[in-house]
Amino acid sequence: MGTPFEINRIMLVRFIAVAALLLLFWLGTRRMRTIPGRGQSLVELAIGFVRDSIVYNNLGEKDGKRFLPLITTIFFLVIALNITGIIPFLNIAGSSVIGLPLVLAVIAYVAFVYAGIKKSPLGFVKNSLVPSGVPIGVLLVVTPMEFISTFIVRPVTLALRLLMNMVGGHMLLVLCFSATHFFLFSAGGWFGLFSIGTFAFGFAFTLFEIMVAALQAYVFALLTTIYIQLALVEEH
Amino acid sequence: MLAVLTSSILDSAILAAAEEGETTVNPLLPADYDIIWSAVIFVIVLVFFWRYALPRIQTMLDERSAAIEGQIEAATVAKAEADAALEGYRAQLADARGEAAKIREQARLDGTKILAELKEQATAEAARITAAAQATIEAERQAALVSLRSEVGSLAITLASGVIGESLGDDKKSTALVDRFLADLEADEKAKAGK
Repeated sequence: MGTPFEINRIMLVRFIAVAALLLLFWLGTRRMRTIPGRGQSLVELAIGFVRDSIVYNNLGEKDGKRFLPLITTIFFLVIALNITGIIPFLNIAGSSVIGLPLVLAVIAYVAFVYAGIKKSPLGFVKNSLVPSGVPIGVLLVVTPMEFISTFIVRPVTLALRLLMNMVGGHMLLVLCFSATHFFLFSAGGWFGLFSIGTFAFGFAFTLFEIMVAALQAYVFALLTTIYIQLALVEEH
Repeated sequence: MLAVLTSSILDSAILAAAEEGETTVNPLLPADYDIIWSAVIFVIVLVFFWRYALPRIQTMLDERSAAIEGQIEAATVAKAEADAALEGYRAQLADARGEAAKIREQARLDGTKILAELKEQATAEAARITAAAQATIEAERQAALVSLRSEVGSLAITLASGVIGESLGDDKKSTALVDRFLADLEADEKAKAGK
């Protein structure tokens, strides 16, 4: 304990989730067939979704191919670590402490800055900071705003959006289920009836969390893709 | 690699910050194990997708599109072959029908000819049989006539002998007489018939 390699419960949850993710995709891609079986179809569907509707749709096929492994990794890593929040015995999202959202946000940041600078360093800086058609006087205000929005707000919001969604979801579930437990076993008498309501809410939020888990993974991957796309875009 | 580098840079920044804070831990900074394990996990998953899962899927997709293209091509070829075969069969069928019609016509003609030949043969046979029968009848009639004539002659001589009361001994003479008489009779008959 206390070393940089300390492992607590959330780290353990992450390892389990990642192991499950790798196992799933290893099994799914172990024996690829031209005519797919059920498992392979599901894996193809999942990877095809990320590839087509997130990456190729925004970056096109040529640039998309370069960033496909990165975006695929982000999407499936986030969804795997999010979904642990509603899995019994794990019951906490692997992305609900800042480390993972932060690391992924930094990677997304590095990716889009790298994409822009590799394409054309000057063009990237100009596109990012000096919107064309804006008078010089206004640029004094716009350029700092653009700088903050592009290079500071983007990674921060990426990390915090994911983190807060997961923390918030966890809090709601804890609230609902601990209330249920309290009303049912501790409060006694007619208070027990409240447990029905709180359990129903807990159930609904559990379903909601499944959607949020997928949605946040989608949003994270999509925004990363769009930032890369904006960095790659020609003069506008 | 990139991620590891990034995380180690971040790490050193965090460590530096932690050293400045000395004993009190800054609550705004994440725990370094959190960052490290996140980065490790990211790298593992990235390498897995990048080097294993995605290439395999890509290879399979390429194979699949190649297979589909091959199948479409094969199907086109097969269809063309089938069309050609069908055309061939149709032509053969038409030929066969023509041939059958020709054979039927030939058979009909042959039948007619055979029938005519047979009829002809039968007619000839009938004529031959008729002729033979007529010849036999004629011969028998002649034989009967000759024998009748001689019998009638001797009978007439006997009768005449009786009538004249003497034997007509000279047979040669009497036979000539009878013959002449009979010839006269025949001539008379013929003359009557000729009238």
